Amino acid sequence: MDRPMLWLVEGVVGGLIAASLVGFFLSLRVKSDSGKATIQNLNARIRAWWIMIGVFSIAMLVGPVGSLALFGFISFLALREYVSLIPTVPADHRTLFWSFFVFTPLQYWILAMHWYGVASIMIPVYAFLFVPVRLVLSGETAGFLDRAARIHWGLMVCVYCISYAPALLILEIPGYRQQSAKLLLFLVIVVQFSDVFQYIWGKLLGKRRIAPLISPNKTWEGFLGGVASASLLGMGLWWMTPFSPLQALGMSLVITLLGFAGGLIMSAIKRDRGVKDFGSIIEGHGGILDRVDSICFSAPVFFHLTRFFYITHGKTT
Amino acid sequence: MSGWLANAVAAGARGLAGASIRWLDCRPESRQRVYFANHTSHLDFVVLWSALPQALRAQTRPVAAKDYWQSGLRRRLAVGVFHAILVERSAAADRDAQLQSARRSLDLLVEALERKESLILFPEGTRGRGDEVGPFKSGLYYLWLKRPDVQFVPVYLANLNRVLPKGEVLPVPFISRVAFGPPLQPGDNETKESFLREARNALCALQHA
Repeated sequence: MDRPMLWLVEGVVGGLIAASLVGFFLSLRVKSDSGKATIQNLNARIRAWWIMIGVFSIAMLVGPVGSLALFGFISFLALREYVSLIPTVPADHRTLFWSFFVFTPLQYWILAMHWYGVASIMIPVYAFLFVPVRLVLSGETAGFLDRAARIHWGLMVCVYCISYAPALLILEIPGYRQQSAKLLLFLVIVVQFSDVFQYIWGKLLGKRRIAPLISPNKTWEGFLGGVASASLLGMGLWWMTPFSPLQALGMSLVITLLGFAGGLIMSAIKRDRGVKDFGSIIEGHGGILDRVDSICFSAPVFFHLTRFFYITHGKTT
Repeated sequence: MSGWLANAVAAGARGLAGASIRWLDCRPESRQRVYFANHTSHLDFVVLWSALPQALRAQTRPVAAKDYWQSGLRRRLAVGVFHAILVERSAAADRDAQLQSARRSLDLLVEALERKESLILFPEGTRGRGDEVGPFKSGLYYLWLKRPDVQFVPVYLANLNRVLPKGEVLPVPFISRVAFGPPLQPGDNETKESFLREARNALCALQHA
């Protein structure tokens, strides 16, 4: 591990220790009931962060296979939370079985084989066509298009889009070989810190609701503060990417804006289905999908922007 | 020796069905109980059993239909691993034969209760589609008549019909839910109808809990 990376790890661990200490002292000082509930949730979130960062670090240390396995498992759990929340009928059963046990592992296996060309079309082409074929074989016509669309959407968001995060590992950027793990780290740090900064700014200054009908907790103050802080953080991390500081700022801005959009879209689905969280697997955060919704929407665009400007475009000029 | 196997199968089924377990006005206790649940999937008794704390599992026996579970691998799983009590679901047209088989089943269950065991029972008698709890068979009432000292605990199982619906062999890992409700508190002069109605209502009350 080179020296700046070591600083980064120390920074993250130091930040977590600081957060844990702040959480501990707040829990001693706050007396009101609503304040206590907020601090309890905050401390649950911080504890969960320790676990999430631990798991992610182990996966990164294992190497590309570890990261692919981790994100494959995340896709599986996210898809599970998604289909558990949406209405399905018994006639969907076998199509869903294929989605979980064939398409999800297949997508990550193809990435492990470095078959970028196949990985980028497996779900948009093959799964897209397979789903209605398998559904029509079940013989149930009621709500056919709705049912097919729901499964398509789940596969695209929970499997295809999430798989773009570890797909960064197989990008071969000239002058940046063997280093693409840092690109994944960059994405995850910017996305997750954007969520954290939005939470902090929202708690500190939040007044004007940005989308009261969809997500009552999201405010303009949280949104602007979070996007600005996370973009600046991303710019400060330019040295671990193939980008210049200004390019890193632009990329971070795109990542944070799309991450915010992802969170809002998933909130709209939850609101429509009448629930607050997709699950309860991560203490204080809700489900896996509640934590990775921002990655779903930012990872594919970050991947393709990087690929376009640093590989495709780089070759032609 | 089957203990670890039962726990392993139960852990697998519970992991697959992602069961979240809730105890509502009811604690996991070692006292003797009859857990009665809605029935939508072959996974029901395995998941319910695995939702109990390990200490309670050894003394809790699922009750399963003989006609389905008595042969080959199924029998080895139900009886050998989970120590299920197999009871007859009489299909006889003859009323006397029906009564006799019902009596034999009830005797088996009462015997188990005499041995201080708890039971897992599906009073609908057959698997439903999962949208609605079906009418209860009267066995639950007769069991209570014989042993009113035993607690009758309603358990609602949600989404297991989606994990493994009727007629399917391969599971889909939906997130399921196991909700234990408060034990029934029957009055002194319950009739068969009133007891079964209250039992069913207690179960349905957990549907959206």
